[in-house]
Amino acid sequence: MLRYLTSRIVATFVMALLATLIVFLIVSLVPGDPVLSQLGDMAASNPEIVKAYRAKWGLDLPLYEQYWIFLTRLLNGDLGISITSQRPVMADIAQYAPATIELGTIAFILSVVIGVPFGIAAAVARDSWIDHSARFISLIGVSSPVFWLAFIMLTVFYGWLQIAPGPGRLDPIDLPPPRVTGAFLIDSALASRWDLLHTAVAHLVLPSIVLCAATLGLITRTTRASMLDTLGQDYVRVARAKGLRERAVIVAHALPNALIPVVTLGGLAYANLLTGTVMTETIFSWPGLGLYTFRSALALDIPAIMGMTLVFAFVYLLINLLVDLSYAVLDPRVLKR
Amino acid sequence: MSEASAPILDATPFEPRARTSGQRWRRRYGLAVIGAAIIVIWIVVALAAPLLAHYPPHAVDVTVRLLPPSAAHWLGTDPLGRDVYSRLLFGARVSLFAGITVVVLGAIFGTLLGGIAAYAGGRIEEGLMRFTDLMLCFPPIILAMAIAAAMGIGTINTMIAMLIVWWPKFARLARSLVLVQRSQEYVEAAHLIGYGPSRVLLKHILPNSIGPLIVLVTLDVGHAIIVFSGLSFLGLGVVPPTPEWGAMVSENRELVEQWWGATFPGLAILTVVMGFNFLGDGIRDWLDPRARRR
Amino acid sequence: MPAAAKEPVQPILEVRDLRTHFDTDAGVVRAVDGVSFHVMPGETLGLVGESGSGKSVTALSIMRLLQDQSRIAGGSILFCGRDIVTMDAEQIRALRGDQMAMVFQDPMTSLNPVLRIARQLVETMVIHGRRDRNSALGHAVQLLGRMGITAPERAVDSYPHQFSGGMRQRVMLAMGFSNEPALLLADEPTTALDVTIQAQILDLLRELNTDFGAAVILISHDLGVIANVCSRVVVMYAGEVVEEGPTEALLSDPKHPYTWALLNAVPRLDRYIPGQRRLTTIEGMPPDSHQWPRGCRFAARCPFRVEACTEHPELLPVGPTRHSRCWVTQTGQSLPKPALPLVAPAAVKKVPAADREVMLEIKGLIKHFPVPKQNFFAPREAVHAVDGVDLIVRKGETVGLVGESGCGKSTLARLIVRIHEPDAGLIKFTGHDITHASAAEMRPLRRRIQMIFQDPYASLNPRMMVRDILAEPIRFHGLTDDEAGTQRRVEELLGLVGLSSTTAAKYPHEFSGGQRQRISIARALAVTPDLIVADEPISSLDVNIQAQIINLLIDLQERLHLTYLFIAHDLAVVRYISDRVVVLYLGKVMEIAPAEALFDRPLHPYTRSLISAVPIPDAAIERMRQRIHLQGEPPSALNPPSGCRFRTRCPMAAARCAAEEPVLHEYRPDHWAACHFTERV
Repeated sequence: MLRYLTSRIVATFVMALLATLIVFLIVSLVPGDPVLSQLGDMAASNPEIVKAYRAKWGLDLPLYEQYWIFLTRLLNGDLGISITSQRPVMADIAQYAPATIELGTIAFILSVVIGVPFGIAAAVARDSWIDHSARFISLIGVSSPVFWLAFIMLTVFYGWLQIAPGPGRLDPIDLPPPRVTGAFLIDSALASRWDLLHTAVAHLVLPSIVLCAATLGLITRTTRASMLDTLGQDYVRVARAKGLRERAVIVAHALPNALIPVVTLGGLAYANLLTGTVMTETIFSWPGLGLYTFRSALALDIPAIMGMTLVFAFVYLLINLLVDLSYAVLDPRVLKR
Repeated sequence: MSEASAPILDATPFEPRARTSGQRWRRRYGLAVIGAAIIVIWIVVALAAPLLAHYPPHAVDVTVRLLPPSAAHWLGTDPLGRDVYSRLLFGARVSLFAGITVVVLGAIFGTLLGGIAAYAGGRIEEGLMRFTDLMLCFPPIILAMAIAAAMGIGTINTMIAMLIVWWPKFARLARSLVLVQRSQEYVEAAHLIGYGPSRVLLKHILPNSIGPLIVLVTLDVGHAIIVFSGLSFLGLGVVPPTPEWGAMVSENRELVEQWWGATFPGLAILTVVMGFNFLGDGIRDWLDPRARRR
Repeated sequence: MPAAAKEPVQPILEVRDLRTHFDTDAGVVRAVDGVSFHVMPGETLGLVGESGSGKSVTALSIMRLLQDQSRIAGGSILFCGRDIVTMDAEQIRALRGDQMAMVFQDPMTSLNPVLRIARQLVETMVIHGRRDRNSALGHAVQLLGRMGITAPERAVDSYPHQFSGGMRQRVMLAMGFSNEPALLLADEPTTALDVTIQAQILDLLRELNTDFGAAVILISHDLGVIANVCSRVVVMYAGEVVEEGPTEALLSDPKHPYTWALLNAVPRLDRYIPGQRRLTTIEGMPPDSHQWPRGCRFAARCPFRVEACTEHPELLPVGPTRHSRCWVTQTGQSLPKPALPLVAPAAVKKVPAADREVMLEIKGLIKHFPVPKQNFFAPREAVHAVDGVDLIVRKGETVGLVGESGCGKSTLARLIVRIHEPDAGLIKFTGHDITHASAAEMRPLRRRIQMIFQDPYASLNPRMMVRDILAEPIRFHGLTDDEAGTQRRVEELLGLVGLSSTTAAKYPHEFSGGQRQRISIARALAVTPDLIVADEPISSLDVNIQAQIINLLIDLQERLHLTYLFIAHDLAVVRYISDRVVVLYLGKVMEIAPAEALFDRPLHPYTRSLISAVPIPDAAIERMRQRIHLQGEPPSALNPPSGCRFRTRCPMAAARCAAEEPVLHEYRPDHWAACHFTERV
C-alpha cells in the first residue's frame, strides 16, 4: 500500500515537472515578442528600456538558465506579474479561485448525485422509459454547447419568467460576506447572514445547471454502460444462483464493480469542471478563474495565461492522483501480490 | 433484469416473438441513418450556402435591424440588420470545416504516433506515451486559449491550437488497439509468412483496428464543433464579421426579447452534434458483435 | 418418467417436456426442445453433449437463471414435487443456493473480484437464514478446509485474485455445498482446469456427493469425466435427450448412434491399437438450431440411418433401464464396433528413428519474459517461460509436446518459428543456426517452417477473404508464375484440407470452428513446408470435429511427408498421433521417449501422475484405477523452485531434489528423463 502510494506520488511529481517545462517552452518559443506585449509600444521602441527589461527578467540568458529561474520562482509561488491587474498572478489566482471551486464543486455534486443513480436505474431497467429518458437527456447534455445553454437559461428564467436572478454571485446591491474561505455559501453561513446565503444559492442555480449538463450526460452514460457490462458478468449470475434478492445482487455485487470506471471518469470530470468554467463564468459574469483566464487571453496577458495553464495542469494531476489512490481502496486487484 | 421483473409463465400457449425484418433494420441502423442524414443535409447546406441564402451574409442594413422571423427574414435579423438565416447557412461552412479538419488531422497524427509507439515498444513507446499523457493534463480550452492568445486570433490559428490538444486521445486509443491486435494469432501468422513489421501493421493490424477509431472520430467531430464555436463565442476563434455559429450566439446574447438571433445558431450546433453522436453510436453498435446480436 | 416408476423413493428432480427458447433477430431458437429426465436423491447424473446441444441451457432453466432473450416456453420442472417453472421470483429465490446450488464452468470469472472470500461464502448461508454471521464464518473456514484449501483461516480473508483457478473452483464448491443442498448442478466444472487439477476436483466432487448426500447433475462434454463421477447418463443432441441409461452400460454398449460416435471419436489412453491410423468420425455438423430437421435430428450424420429416420423418433425404452431415441436400436440390438482399416505394423514402422535425419535441434533454449514493474520501487521480475530445453525432431516424425498450462509449451513453439527471440540457447533447423537469425535471414526459411494455431477464431484475419488468406503467402514468396496459377493453387489447397473451392470467396466468420481450422492448416501448407508446429490445434473444438482434424493431419502427413511438432494437453490425442513425446513442466523437459514407452513405462513421477489423472470413458475401469494424486498446484514461473522443479508436488521428493537439479539422462535407449529416482517409479 505504502509502496503504491509513494510510487504514484513520485510519478505525479515527475509529470508536474514536465508540465512546467512545456509551459515554459510555449512561453519562450511561441512567436510574438513577450517584451512587446509586456511593455507596450512606447516603451518597446526605446532600446534602453527593452534591454533593461530583458536583463531584469533574465531574457538575455540561455534557455536552460531561464528555465531554472522560472522553476525556482515557481517554487516560491511566484508566477510573475499580471499585466492587466499589475498584481502577482498568484494573488489573482488566490482571489478568484474560491468562486470557481464553489461553482465547479456544486456542479460536480449535481452531476454525480443525479447521473450515477440515473445511469444505474437505466441499466437495471433496460429499454424501459427510464432508460430511454436517461439516454435522451445524456444526449442533449453532451450535444448542447454550454454558451448556448447558458443563453437559453438566462433568457427564459431570468429574462422572461424572472424567477431566477441575473448574472453574478450576488445581487448588485449586496455586499459579499466577510471573507473567510471565499466561498459565499460557507462565508455567509459562517457570518449567519442567511439572507445572503439565500441569494448566493439562487445565483448558483443556473450556472451550476449549465456547467454540469455535459458532465451529467457523460456520467449517466458511463454508469449505464458500466452497469450493463457488470450485470452480464459471471459473478452476478453466481450471486443470483446463491438466492440473493435482486436488490442485493445489484447493490452488493454489481455496484462495487460497476463504479470503478465511474470513479475514474468522475475524477476526470471534476478536473474538467474546475478547469472548464470559462464559458459559464463569462456568460454569468462569475468572478472566478475562468473569467480571469478569459480576460487575460483577450488582453494577451501572457504571465497570467501561462500561470493559469500551469495551475490547471496541477489541478488535473492532483485529481488524477486522488483517483489512483481511491482505486487502491475500491479494487483489491490494484495492490496485487 | 431477467426474471425478477418478469416471471416466466408457461400456462398460455407460446407465441413467437420474432421481429420483422423492418423492425430489425430500424433497431440496428435507425439512429445511424438519422445521424448520417442530418450530417449530409448540413454538408449540402454548407456547400450550397450561396444558392440557398437570401442575402449576402455580411449585408448590413440598419433599417431592418432586430426584426422577428418573417417571410422576408425566415429567422429574423440581428442588431446590424443582417439576415440570421443567411448567416446561419454560411456559418455551417466554417463550423463543419473546422470541426472535421481538426479531428481528422488530430486522428491521423495521433494514430500514427500511437501505432508507432505500440509497435516499437521499449523506450520509444515509454517516451511517446509519457509525452501524450503530459499533453492530456492540460485542459483543452485553456491550452487552446493560451495558444490562440500567443499566436493571434484567427480561424487557422484557432484550429492549430485545437489540433495541438486534440491528438493525444487518438494516440492513446490507437496504441491500445494495436497492442490488442498485435498479440492475435492471425498477426503471428502474418509474421510467419515473412512479412516485415510495417507491412503487418498496414495490411493486417490497421484494417482490424480502424473501427473504434472511426467511432471516436465521428463522436469527436461534434465535440470539436462545440469547442471551436465556443472559442469563437469568446472572441478567440473567427474574426468578426465572419459568420460562425458560436460568434453569432455571442453577437446576440445580450438580447432577451429578440431571442432568435442567438437561439437558431445554437440549435444548428445542437443538431449537427447530435447527428455526429447518432452516427458514432450507430457505427459502434454495428461494429460491436455483442450489440449486433441483440 | 419411465424408470422412476419402479422406485419406491420419489425423484428429487423431475424435468418433463422442458422447452426453452431464445428470441434472436434470425427467429426463435428452440435450444431445449422437449427434454425429460429425472434425478433421484443422492444420485450422480451426467448430462453429455457437444456445444449447442442444450445441456447448459437445461441447467440454467432448472435454476431459472436464463438470460434476457431466453425463456421457458413449455413443460415443467418438479423439484421435490413443486413446479419451478410456475414459481414466482421470491419462491425460486428461496430455493436457489439453499436446496439447489450451481457451480459454473469458469472459476476465474465466477467470484466477485472486489469482495473477500469470507463475505461471498457467508452471505449464502446468512441469506437463507441457516446461520448467523459468526457461525457462518466458522462454517466457511471449516468448509474451505474440507475442500482441501490449506490455511483456510487465512484464505477466507483473501480476495479471489490471490487464488489460482483450481483453488477458486474449490471455493465455488464450498459455496455450493454451504447450505447442504439436495441438488447440485455443476456445469463443466473442470473444463477450464488442467488435468491434474481436474482429477483433484472430480475426486472432491465424488467425496462430497457421498458425504453430503446431495444429488449431483454433472454437465460435461467429456465422457471420461462422466464415467469418473456419474452413475447414470443423459445424452443430449440438438435440444433433445437422445439416450439415457446407467453409465457403465451406456458407455460399453451405446444404443444411439450419436453416443456411439462420441465414444469412438475420442482416442483412448488405455486402449491404444498399434496400426490404427484413423479415428472414427461422423460427417457434417449439428443441424441449424433455428430450424431443427423434421425427422431424426441426427439422421443427416448417422452412419446407420434407415428409411424410418425421416420420421421423428420418440425416446423409448431399449432395455430394463435404458432409453434411446433411435429407430435402428428399437429392437434392442447393439451398434457394431467401428471397423477401421488397420495398417500392418510393418508399414507403420518406417526407418528406425535414430537413423532419420535431424530436422530440428534445440539446445539449452531459454526465454524469460520480464513482468511490468508493479511500481516504481519493485524489483524487476521475469516469467521463466522456457528455461533450458533440449529437443530433437527428426524428419518425417511427429513429436508430441505435453504439459499443463503455463509449462511453456506455447512459448517454445513461438521460439522455434522465431516469433519470439530466444534469450539463450541454440535452435538449429536442417543444419542452419536460426537462434538469432534476422528477419531477412528467416525469410527463405519461412517457407519450410509453418505453424497451426490454437484459436480458430483468432488465427484468421477477419477482414480478409479465404482466397486472400491463402494467396498471401504464395504471392509473397512468388511460388506461382501468375495470378491464375495462384488461384489454381488456392483451390488445390482448399481441396487438400477438404473444403470446396466455392469457399474461397467467403470471410472467416462464415465458417464453423472446425472449418476455420482447416483454412488455417491450408494457409500453413501454402508454402509447402517441411516442419509444421501445431500449437493445440484441436483443443477448442468439439470431440467429433477434433477427430476430423486429427485424421486430416495424419492424411496430410502421409501424403506430403510432413514433420510435426504437435503441442497438446490431451494425453490420449498425443499418444495417438505422436511417434515420440516430450513432457514439459515449468519450462523444463521432464521426460522424452517414444510414445509407447512413455505411456506404458514412464520413468518420471510427473509423467506417471499426468497419465493417471486422465479420466477414461469406461466406468468399470475408472472404478478400478489406481491413481497417483498430485498435491497442490504448479508453483509460479516467476520464482521456480530450486533443484528439481517438480519437487514441490512430487510424491517421492527427497532432500536431494531441492539441492541438486536432475539432468536429462538417457536411462533406456531413446528414453530420457530428468529425475534422481527413476528406478523407484
